[in-house]
Amino acid sequence: MRLEIKKTYKLFIGGKFPRSESGRIYKVNNHKGDFLANVAKASRKDVRDSVVVARSAQSGWAGASAYNRGQVLYRIAEMLEGRREQFVAEIRELTGKSEKQANQEVDNAIDSWVWHAGWTDKIESVAGNMNPVAGPFFNISTNQPTGVVAAFAPQDSALVGLVNTIAPAIVSGNSVIVVTSESLPLAAVTLAEVLETSDLPGGVVNILTGNAKELGSWLASHMDVNAIDLEGISNAAELEMLAAETLKRVIRPGTYSRSAAKGALQHILDFMEIKTVWHPKGN
Amino acid sequence: MFDYAPAPESRDLVKFQDSYGHFIGGKFTKPSNTYGTINPATEETLAQISHGTAKDVDAAVKAARNAYEKTWSKLDGATRGKYLYRIARIIQERSRELAVAETLNNGKPIKETRDADIPLAASWFFYYAGWADKLDYAGLGPNPMAHGVAAQVVPWNFPLMMLAWKIAPALAAGNTVVLKPAETTPLSALLFAEICQQAELPDGVVNIVTGFGDTGAELFDHSDINKVAFTGSTNVGKIIAKQIAGTNKKATLELGGKAANIVFEDAALDQAVEGIVNGIFFNQGHVCCAGSRLLVQESVQDVLIKKLKARMENIRLGDPMDKNTDIGAINSKAQLTKIDRLVKQGVKEGGQSWAPTCAMPKNGFWYAPTIITGVAPTNTVAREEIFGPVLSVMTFRTPAEAVAKANNSQYGLSAGVWTEKGSRILKMADQLNAGVVWANTYNQFDPASPFGGFKESGYGREGGRHGLLSYLKGSH
Amino acid sequence: MPAIEPEAIVGSRITNQSLSRWLHSLPGVDKVGLEARVASLSTRSIKTTSKAWGLDMAIKMMDLTTLEGADTKERVRSLCLKAITPDPMDLSTPQPAAICVYGDMVVHAKEALGKNKIYVAAVATAFPSGRASLQVKLADTKDAVKAGADEIDMVIDRGAFLSGNYLEVYKQIVAVKEVCQRKDGNHAHLKVILETGELETYDNIRRASYLAMLAGADFIKTSTGKVSVNATLPITMLMLQAVKDWYDTTKIQIGVKPAGGIRTAKDALKYLVVVKETAGDKWLTPKYFRFGASSLLNDVLMQRQKLTTGNYSGRDYVSVD
Repeated sequence: MRLEIKKTYKLFIGGKFPRSESGRIYKVNNHKGDFLANVAKASRKDVRDSVVVARSAQSGWAGASAYNRGQVLYRIAEMLEGRREQFVAEIRELTGKSEKQANQEVDNAIDSWVWHAGWTDKIESVAGNMNPVAGPFFNISTNQPTGVVAAFAPQDSALVGLVNTIAPAIVSGNSVIVVTSESLPLAAVTLAEVLETSDLPGGVVNILTGNAKELGSWLASHMDVNAIDLEGISNAAELEMLAAETLKRVIRPGTYSRSAAKGALQHILDFMEIKTVWHPKGN
Repeated sequence: MFDYAPAPESRDLVKFQDSYGHFIGGKFTKPSNTYGTINPATEETLAQISHGTAKDVDAAVKAARNAYEKTWSKLDGATRGKYLYRIARIIQERSRELAVAETLNNGKPIKETRDADIPLAASWFFYYAGWADKLDYAGLGPNPMAHGVAAQVVPWNFPLMMLAWKIAPALAAGNTVVLKPAETTPLSALLFAEICQQAELPDGVVNIVTGFGDTGAELFDHSDINKVAFTGSTNVGKIIAKQIAGTNKKATLELGGKAANIVFEDAALDQAVEGIVNGIFFNQGHVCCAGSRLLVQESVQDVLIKKLKARMENIRLGDPMDKNTDIGAINSKAQLTKIDRLVKQGVKEGGQSWAPTCAMPKNGFWYAPTIITGVAPTNTVAREEIFGPVLSVMTFRTPAEAVAKANNSQYGLSAGVWTEKGSRILKMADQLNAGVVWANTYNQFDPASPFGGFKESGYGREGGRHGLLSYLKGSH
Repeated sequence: MPAIEPEAIVGSRITNQSLSRWLHSLPGVDKVGLEARVASLSTRSIKTTSKAWGLDMAIKMMDLTTLEGADTKERVRSLCLKAITPDPMDLSTPQPAAICVYGDMVVHAKEALGKNKIYVAAVATAFPSGRASLQVKLADTKDAVKAGADEIDMVIDRGAFLSGNYLEVYKQIVAVKEVCQRKDGNHAHLKVILETGELETYDNIRRASYLAMLAGADFIKTSTGKVSVNATLPITMLMLQAVKDWYDTTKIQIGVKPAGGIRTAKDALKYLVVVKETAGDKWLTPKYFRFGASSLLNDVLMQRQKLTTGNYSGRDYVSVD
């Protein structure tokens, strides 16, 4: 009998798969309570490193054409589809879902990437404006990504909740540091492998496994983070207060559903800034 | 020679009452707990104003809630719109009176209240009136809903205009409001309360509670408000953001700024000079989006500064009621002290300050238009919002350096770019982290155009379709 | 007054190429910004003593003009008498700076004005189109100078300017300036009409202003009065900015003359405000600022009467001219 090669579940920072800087791990069990894997437990220094790479990756990602970003997001859907079996297996193992239910979750995750991929070059068409001002001026409002987003994925979802947390942040050109569900992190690490092989520039998505509450205050108080999605955090009010210190954009828990095959445009726009440009019209 | 003789606007166009209560549920309350509001140009007391308490705030919120549930939310959009049109018209009809009131209480020149503040206030109501029956087209899908009761606190720099920016979209979207004007400039808001009565706006749809910061804090703290809208300093904005953390209250915050006004060597220099002057000396520099950091390309620094100084010699400082006054009074003694302290700090840190010779009136609070040259990005006057007629001048060599210096701020409200090269304008506009970018112009405002900041300049927009969205939510 | 050194200013020998490079290196003009500044200055409120000063100055700055095909000796004489005594009901009324006529009328104007210190300006160089050979233009000018014209209002070759032949425009101005010289060493003051309405853009107007100043213009003048767009406040402000900048760099002071379309005292006061707040007090004198106008005088006279008597005047209380 051949001995199976087990996977080491590491963090995903700057397009690489480091262990936690702290060297810490935690045990993840399957839905029956049996040991499944040791997973890296991210520390505040991993948060710090993630923000640095997220910041440096952001302008390049935002500067890519919308068409290009759409293709990258679609490619993620393709790669995810190709590894469907693995995701289904991980979801089932972690959550105890039936094969049909697990497949449904993977379907939704894939379709959500496709839904978001299609938005990249349409956001401006529906959320931007030419403004008819009362003067000899050209006046246009556009949306641009806010910068670096910190996000806490829902705790009760292994895959689709994570996808519906990452995709709305990055679709417009933000970079994101996402803290996964603590107890359901395996599919997240597999998703990182998908991202790593789908032309997404390193640092645009950074995935931290570990304890959201432990990492939360470091992200919420980090002065180089522009927006924070508090969906999967238990002490949201506390973090919202920390975020107020630099007036981060905040998404409160429960604002958007994270389980469907598509997201919400407003969710995407919450991570964008409206910029209005004026210019005179004259010879 | 051709010296302009005094051309004062008539003081008699407005009559204030001796004292004012709050405007709650369509009626003025009995004045209580009063303090004097003054004309900062003369220090004359104009009227006694009530300092609102928790009890007053509660009464106002109750009136707003009652009006929301019983009246306003039941009206169709077209009817709400008609009320707003009425208000717009009355503001236009009473514009001279309102301009005088605003100038007396704020200290800003009558030229500006007459040509900017009041016409813009009217246009804001006119614009949002038209939205009231078209909310389905706002971008949130069919049947979007109001939040409910909106609590709004406005600053002293554009008292009535800021009130209009807040109240017009709120009412158009179907909210009712409780608004607190700034403690130093409550009079135009109280005149607006009369306008609501003249327009026969249902009682409680608009409530005005006057008072200080503690009154505002009570308002935002109230458990029965759904929406918070604040324009003011970044420090207070942060306090408010903390105050509402963990609640369901939605916030729009329009906070401070330290805008870069970037002049390239190929700019239309004479118009750039006008833009610089308009950018920093409009309204005594009491403008959150003021172009307070001039970034000039090294190759044109000398000629630009020479032209700027020559232009500044023509600025007329003095009696705000004189129709030829360009710069009026600083709004308060506290603000004057702050400006003076920061300029002294700027000089201490190595800047050279310059101001044209202008005679200062004896009473009131005044500050000459000032530029500080030789400023480096690390200097206090390049980082802190001065909120006065003071321009910090820095230089750059390349577009990339200009962008880096412009974006090097915790704020991101506005920016200016001056160049005759079209593609550079578009590139700069892309790269500047600011909610409003004025290219080859500055300080333009329009109800159709969204206004608001990035980063610590706040969030949410006022003006345009986006400004409407701040007061709506999608129906689920 | 220092002499102009065109080559030093342009930085090389004067060729079409060097002129083109120099003119295109001038800062651009933003139309909306320029017009906004003018609109803002137009809200200046000019009252009482400053209004009285402004009305008198407007008269003193006036080039009272008749430029009709139907002009006759009698018509010109009548206008000159009006200039000598603008308001017979108020002899304190100042006299205009000049009478502006066609070249063949100069002799009649000179005769009618006699010893009064009112200049005679003649339009020349195939006014208003400027479409004639240089020889004809020079002959036209010489004729007027010989007849005693104190000032020559020439037109530039707009065709040459718009086709990029700046050297031709420059050379013609230089040549006309030369024939403005008199034997006694004085010269007829040269006003160069840019015909701004045909140049159309503010960038063109700024370049033409500089070209005229470089070529030795004593005044730059907006218009002939014969095209659809004549003097406007923004154009005048732009030209005032040009002479101010020119003075700041060369110390040579050039005058500005808006002409055509300025009809009311209210307009004239707006122009004076623009002069004061753009070029400065140094230009608030007939030596450096003129109005080319015909109907303006009567409106100013009526406003003047209103200030004196307190009653609004009527058109039958000022003379037809």
